[in-house]
Amino acid sequence: MKNRSLVSINDYTKEEYIKILDLAEEFEKQPTQKILEDYVVATLFFEPSTRTRLSFESAASRLGAKVIGFSDASNSSVSKGESLKDTILTVSNYSDIIVMRHPREGSARFASEVSPVPVINAGDGGNQHPTQCLLDLFSIRKTQGKLDGLNIAFVGDLKYGRTVHSNVMALCNFKTTFHLVSPVELKLPSYVKMHIKSNNLSYHQYTDLNDVIATADIIYMTRIQKERFSDPIEYEKVKNAYILTASMLEGCKENMRVLHPLPRVNEITEDVDSTPQAYYFQQAKNGVYVRQALLATILGVK
Amino acid sequence: MENENIRKELVVSAIENGTVIDHIPSKSVFRVVKMLNLEETGTQITIGLNLNSSKYGKKGIIKVSDVFFEKQEINKIALIAPTATLIIIKNYKVIEKRHVEIPDVIRKFVKCVNPNCITNQENVSTLFSVIDKEDLKLQCGFCEKITAKNNIVIL
Repeated sequence: MKNRSLVSINDYTKEEYIKILDLAEEFEKQPTQKILEDYVVATLFFEPSTRTRLSFESAASRLGAKVIGFSDASNSSVSKGESLKDTILTVSNYSDIIVMRHPREGSARFASEVSPVPVINAGDGGNQHPTQCLLDLFSIRKTQGKLDGLNIAFVGDLKYGRTVHSNVMALCNFKTTFHLVSPVELKLPSYVKMHIKSNNLSYHQYTDLNDVIATADIIYMTRIQKERFSDPIEYEKVKNAYILTASMLEGCKENMRVLHPLPRVNEITEDVDSTPQAYYFQQAKNGVYVRQALLATILGVK
Repeated sequence: MENENIRKELVVSAIENGTVIDHIPSKSVFRVVKMLNLEETGTQITIGLNLNSSKYGKKGIIKVSDVFFEKQEINKIALIAPTATLIIIKNYKVIEKRHVEIPDVIRKFVKCVNPNCITNQENVSTLFSVIDKEDLKLQCGFCEKITAKNNIVIL
């Protein structure tokens, strides 16, 4: 895993995910370790993302690395018309590893091919977001004590939600039963369902969120994303369809936890925040440990 | 003189060494020429269109002298001429005859169906894995989306 870019969750085998999760657990116990003092991490965010960027920057800083980069394409030479290739080649001269978020699908794969330093994909358009997937797996394992044999419910935008697709694909490596809750227009794409079937696992589809509360070990809520809709009217029709409130949690399993990749809009009401089921803020915190594990592994320090 | 025996076969000269691409759908012949960059070979090339074929009705044929193709190189014509057969000739003798097969990887020739793919935005050559040869499905090596048969646009 040293010097290898991480572009898609499929770039790692099951054993490799576990390695990262185990290492992240060590960092959780001791997040501040100056093992990357001699390194420079470049964070190139061509598209806004406060959470992911700050999470990576925090991860790098706690390990002693220096962080350089930009948080918006308009603050870089991209606004002067520089190609992605040139930007990557230039920045790779100034850093040991590049963390990149870009609005075009495939951009991270391309960057990893032209860059002499490893690239971590922090999100390429609607395609992959592997570090989110790993932190989600970490959160599931932490709250449930295991990854095998769980009932995991995915709710909301299953069609465009890249975090859902990556998580489902990754969870197919474990004996997961999938519960898919969404409006009919936003069902999980068939290629993902086929992947579930080809792993001899099962999925159940629902349109009513209440139907999964009692069986789920994890309820993974997603935002129905306006920016992924080409038709704003279509967005207005479904945006309020799947909202989780505290009263709905009655009858849930004690070990059940609610996850969300954040930011939430209104799909989880604030009264859920104070229930024992709410885990989404700790989930975001876990992102730092997982990203520390990735930086340390890819730079070959751990 | 009216009874002169008129030869009704098309006489296409035999080649001494080279590759014959036969059973090309007539409408695809020039696309094959373009795809294989045949105008650049400098060697003798014969092209026939709308020839009679017992199997396919009408067919096209290209005879390329003194050029032998790598398997991966020539198999890409399977995208536009799936019925094509290749005949390798040395010293006027047929030494190999086979059908084209859709390759496992296709570079540069097909456009990605996703307008938001990096290959459609920046100067990046396309790269596809053929994930279904029967019902042609190409997966983009960059954006991971699938370009299906009816969306295939040859660049």
